[in-house]
Amino acid sequence: MMPVAIFDAVLGAALLWLAWHALASPDLFKAIVLFVSFGLLMALAWVRLDAPDIALAEAAIGAGLTGAILLATLAKLQTMTGKNTFVLSAQPAFKSLFLRGLLIVLLSGSAAGIGYAVWVLPSNSNGLRLDVAANLDASGVSNPVTAVLLNFRGYDTMLEMTVLLMALLGIWSLGGLPPRPRRPAAAVLDIFSRFLAPVFILVAAYLLWVGADAPGGAFQAGSVLGAAGVLMLLSGWRPHDRFTLRYLRFALTAGASAFIILGLLTMLHQGQLLAYPPAQAGTLILLLESLATVSIAATLAALFLAEAPDHTENQ
Amino acid sequence: MNHALLYALVGVGLFLLGFYALIIHAHLLRKILALNIMGSGVFLVLVALAKRTHDAYPDPVPHAMVITGIVIAVSATALMLVLLLKIFAKTGQAALSDRHKK
Amino acid sequence: MTATDYIAACLLVLGGIFFFAGTAGLLRLPDVYTRLHALTKADNVGLGLIVSGLILQAESWLVACKLLLIWLLVLFAGASVSHLIARRARHKGIRVWRP
Repeated sequence: MMPVAIFDAVLGAALLWLAWHALASPDLFKAIVLFVSFGLLMALAWVRLDAPDIALAEAAIGAGLTGAILLATLAKLQTMTGKNTFVLSAQPAFKSLFLRGLLIVLLSGSAAGIGYAVWVLPSNSNGLRLDVAANLDASGVSNPVTAVLLNFRGYDTMLEMTVLLMALLGIWSLGGLPPRPRRPAAAVLDIFSRFLAPVFILVAAYLLWVGADAPGGAFQAGSVLGAAGVLMLLSGWRPHDRFTLRYLRFALTAGASAFIILGLLTMLHQGQLLAYPPAQAGTLILLLESLATVSIAATLAALFLAEAPDHTENQ
Repeated sequence: MNHALLYALVGVGLFLLGFYALIIHAHLLRKILALNIMGSGVFLVLVALAKRTHDAYPDPVPHAMVITGIVIAVSATALMLVLLLKIFAKTGQAALSDRHKK
Repeated sequence: MTATDYIAACLLVLGGIFFFAGTAGLLRLPDVYTRLHALTKADNVGLGLIVSGLILQAESWLVACKLLLIWLLVLFAGASVSHLIARRARHKGIRVWRP
């Protein structure tokens, strides 16, 4: 038991250390790299907390995709300013030492308060676990996290698909970013992405399929597939013809519309939003998850590219 | 002290660290990083508290919420970063400061 | 503990030593090229040793194949990415360190 406790203590300290340096390091590039390492260590923390589903999502999104988007933004800022480094970006918002001291006092007070609240919570609480376990047989899947995401709290996931779509529409309605210059990709990157894209698709399909009774599911599969899209975008691929764009629009809305259509059908049939008949629940969840995976992947890749579609259509 | 409690306290620490940086730093990219770290802190508290069950299986409901939260966080981050670039293109500044230049 | 367990433990410890050496190289070596060298060489072999140690203890062939696949993917990704980093560094005009 002892070595595990030491590991936990080291991991906790490393998380706090990395977070502090990611926020305080004078060089923004270094800050982002530290943030990516922070995401990787978070994935380890999720494993220690018996949350492999979250560990998979964190490794693909928290460490991978967020880092890629942040670095792409930093590169754009650098081309816009013509500067190579952002060393001066650590300037504080205000100089007053009194305000700073006051802030530290207030935050230490909140730290003590929240810490105490966490400390005095009863050390045993089942939460909703027993309710989930009691109804798992009727949910159509045997992985409790997938059952909560797609069945018991399917409403949340429906709204979440809408939020993803809204974020992308927000970027597009801001006009998006100007198209980035298309340099021919390095030969190694080209071969790398050609080889890896099919592997990513295979891994995504595997994660989607095992999500029913093991860690995995639509979010993890969608983020792996989205990462494949980012890799292809990095090596110079663009959805430039109208034919691909029509499919892209379908892919972006497939998840949200599947949820809405199924929600309406279940309301007519069962009298309640997204209440599946137990006999068909497994099939319906697989269908919803497949469409959601396509949507999540397409949206994440489009969020990374951040170009409004008109730019690409005019080319 | 069990390890779930340790991770919950680390989560509280991450949240406040991010909150401090969100207020104190002027550069917008740093504020976005700070928001992400605050989010990670909240997720850590949620999942650590889900582990207080009597048996070996943690409560899956917070797990599902956190997976949803991670995907929401990345889409919000992408939107914030595009807003940052738009602000920079308009004003030539990527930082908010309390000194207003007229 | 059986003989297989001892061999697996030896492989894991050996892998850990390689990781340690790679990290020490990353922190101590003078420029980006030598650091890449230390990191990829040591981590590929280190991960290979750890994966073979885990394969000896794997419950089924499926798990063993997955572990092997992870190692192959890391080998491939490590080689490609370090090439890309070194290429970018050379384009930016970073000189190779000379003693």
